[in-house]
Amino acid sequence: MDNRVVITGLGVCAPNGTTIDEFSDAIKKGLSGVHHQPDLEALNFSCQIAGKPSLNEERISQYFTPLELRNLNSSGIIYGVIAGLDAWKDAGLTIGNNDEPDWDSGTIFGAGTSGIDKFRWAINKIDALEIKKLGSSVVIQTMASGVSAFISGKLGLGNQVSTNSSACATGTESILLAYERIKTGQATRMLAGSTSDSGPYIWGGFDAMKVCTFKHNHDPQKGSRPMSTTASGFVPGSGAGALVLESLESAVQRKAKIYAEVCGGHINSGGQRGLGSMTAPNPTAVQRCIRAALKNAGIKASEIDVINGHLTATTKDALEIENWKTALQLPADEFPYINSLKGMVGHCIAASGSIECVASVLELAEGFIFPNINCEDLSPEISTLIDAKCIPQTVICKPFNTLAKASFGFGDINACVIFKKYTHE
Amino acid sequence: MNKEEIIDTLKTIIELYSEEATALAHIDENTDFIHDLKINSANLVDIVLDIEEKFNIEIDNDSMAKMLTVKATTEIIAQKLDAHAG
Repeated sequence: MDNRVVITGLGVCAPNGTTIDEFSDAIKKGLSGVHHQPDLEALNFSCQIAGKPSLNEERISQYFTPLELRNLNSSGIIYGVIAGLDAWKDAGLTIGNNDEPDWDSGTIFGAGTSGIDKFRWAINKIDALEIKKLGSSVVIQTMASGVSAFISGKLGLGNQVSTNSSACATGTESILLAYERIKTGQATRMLAGSTSDSGPYIWGGFDAMKVCTFKHNHDPQKGSRPMSTTASGFVPGSGAGALVLESLESAVQRKAKIYAEVCGGHINSGGQRGLGSMTAPNPTAVQRCIRAALKNAGIKASEIDVINGHLTATTKDALEIENWKTALQLPADEFPYINSLKGMVGHCIAASGSIECVASVLELAEGFIFPNINCEDLSPEISTLIDAKCIPQTVICKPFNTLAKASFGFGDINACVIFKKYTHE
Repeated sequence: MNKEEIIDTLKTIIELYSEEATALAHIDENTDFIHDLKINSANLVDIVLDIEEKFNIEIDNDSMAKMLTVKATTEIIAQKLDAHAG
């Protein structure tokens, strides 16, 4: 029989909070973590604002040995390890120096790229004919799976240890991959999550594509404007989110706190056919993904209380709302609440899905719907599709049962997961 | 620089790579980096880089391959320092 899968631990390293308490408080208050970045200005970026987790050396040194810290130049690994280990501890699990690996626990921790600053340093050394100076720290920090390798070593994981990569759908996909592994009985516990580096070398490509806003360099906190009439491109972000997924049986047995249940979901692609392309979503695929997620989770459209959208603050926001509307086929006055975390943290690329899932699970567990910031001038394209009251601008404190979260990525790929409040039986 | 001085300097480099407090406290010529100090073999290249920097010498691949014990390492460092001085 399939295992039911629940969430027993959360960790986050987000631009507006690097602990669960801080992050939960920030998203209720609608606090932005977007700031002006002097390095982006110095390098003539069009968009000179970004979301970056704020960490000091003392905090970082709690998670890494002095030897690891010595040549550590991979912000994504730092964010991922902090979020991952915090989630593990939050789940009440111990980090011991046991000789035997924990055969029943694994991780799927996604990334778009790893240690891009380290990579740059290594490339410069090689070109300067100093190959020998690379030492042993380049491969482990620049291999895509660096983050899952670091986490696994710290936790002694003995089940599947892997890094998935599916652009901006990475984080949501990691949860579904981990969910499947537990559901089918191949693991008892999986740390799911994703991470994304900070800095000019990860954000530069997006800046050059002109998909980031260049209109808010002087008012950074107003820059990320999902669903707004004045949305003018996304604000790049970074960080990591992590969730401990566990079989219900194991969670109950060890009397763990249960945040929510993962009921299922779906992952698909639009094949870059029809209206889909490398960078644009095929609406048919998005709608199918949402409908298949509901079916897989055994949930009716009318049961969804809250949607956590992908909603990046580009011209595609209205198309996303239209896709949700078409997929759910609900009367206008029954459309769920919908929100986007990107107004507060920007678009955290490969980490967006996991950070947003952490926010979603907190909403379900604590009974609130975080506010959409920077969309006081709601786009008329959106308000003709759904009632403005579906897009809360101030926090709503009320318990609810079901949340749908979707993420969409370059390559025309989609992931949608359904979370449900867990009522202790 | 005499042998004792080289070993003392070497010790300050190696400390970062080993968590074997007792073995570190008793480093002598016969100490083996991997067996006694439990140093991850991948880190041997980093130790060599640190030695190059600290002693201002260059270590070739053949010498590097021999640097598995304090004795061998000290001899190679002394040799390179002599060559340097000469």
